[in-house]
Amino acid sequence: MAKALVELLKQSFPAAVLETHAQHGDETLVLDPASWHEVAAFLKSSPAADMNMLMDLTAVDFPDREPRFEIVAHFYSLAKGHRLRLKARVGDPEGKHVRIASLTDLWGSANWMERECWDMFGVVFEGHPDLRRILLYPEFEGHPLRKDYAADKIQPLVEYRDVPATDKVAPFRSDEGMSFGRQTHDHVPSADAPDPEIFPEPAN
Amino acid sequence: MGELTQTSSRVLEPAGSEGFVTTKAEALLAWAQKYSLFMYPFVTACCGMEFMAMSSPRYDFARFGAEAPRFSPRQADLLWVVGTITQRQAPILKRIYEQMAEPKWVLAFGTCASCGGFYDNYACVAGVDKIIPCHVYVPGCPPRPEAVLDGLMLLMDKIQRGDRTPAAVKPRTDPVTSHEYGLVQLRRRESQA
Repeated sequence: MAKALVELLKQSFPAAVLETHAQHGDETLVLDPASWHEVAAFLKSSPAADMNMLMDLTAVDFPDREPRFEIVAHFYSLAKGHRLRLKARVGDPEGKHVRIASLTDLWGSANWMERECWDMFGVVFEGHPDLRRILLYPEFEGHPLRKDYAADKIQPLVEYRDVPATDKVAPFRSDEGMSFGRQTHDHVPSADAPDPEIFPEPAN
Repeated sequence: MGELTQTSSRVLEPAGSEGFVTTKAEALLAWAQKYSLFMYPFVTACCGMEFMAMSSPRYDFARFGAEAPRFSPRQADLLWVVGTITQRQAPILKRIYEQMAEPKWVLAFGTCASCGGFYDNYACVAGVDKIIPCHVYVPGCPPRPEAVLDGLMLLMDKIQRGDRTPAAVKPRTDPVTSHEYGLVQLRRRESQA
């Protein structure tokens, strides 16, 4: 069913469809990014496609490729039960000009998914009504799911405590941390000689 | 009456049936504090399910006086940090801790709160002790209820001793050396062969 849809799109937009492939039965079209919104609008309005659900929209970073980013959208037709995946390749190697048209005017669900995509990959969706970070905080710099974001880079909002010794376990007796049944009472001294570990001599 | 056998307390029993107890004021105060811990559960992740199991009758930490959850930090003594703390939540946790009145203690429930666990990434704080002091670490993902009870009793023990150093709950049995739970048995006895 989706194969017929691929043929329909190839005939309707011969210049926009760059390549097609299928993996595990999922038909995929790689589009010219300039026609991203046009093809998506056709998928929604055409009775043969009837794609009334945008299931997922995200990006993939291929740092060695040119263009660097691949925008991926998954569509599903609730009435016809078929799926289609669209891809578009955008972005320069530095990742400074990554722009593609927003689909928020067609599917409301694109709003938050495009915000997440901006948050994680720095893809600018032109025409998005409110393109802010959605998961991370506004003070965050950079886009963490890009491959050139250092894996161990953190940006704390609260200054970390300056604790000289980070030794977490400081046992003050050999049975500390044991359950009551495993505690020994050998070390309990007589009342006349208090345990110096617990009650140190006061410094005079 | 284990606490009456502490070094600071003495039971004096004369020949008759009546007796009396001497103790120190600070030991008595610590004894009262450790049996009346008012908790503030700061629950952010899946360990919260274990926390609910702990507070329900099957494991029931009300037995140790830690019964009343207070949903205002100003009325709480013990802050349970249950679950992963993200960088975005860190200011909230610090604010909650600062609002609590002394004396106050912090218990890190589970691996994420203790050291971050496998959330070693841009979004998460690797352990609450990066932000606030922590007194008891309960490892586990999630910890067994027994481990949490051990942690609670360890904290009570520390309150009684007036010790504010951090400590971690140890396993009750060592799985390598335990014959019951042993991972490998290197040598069989002749009778078992």
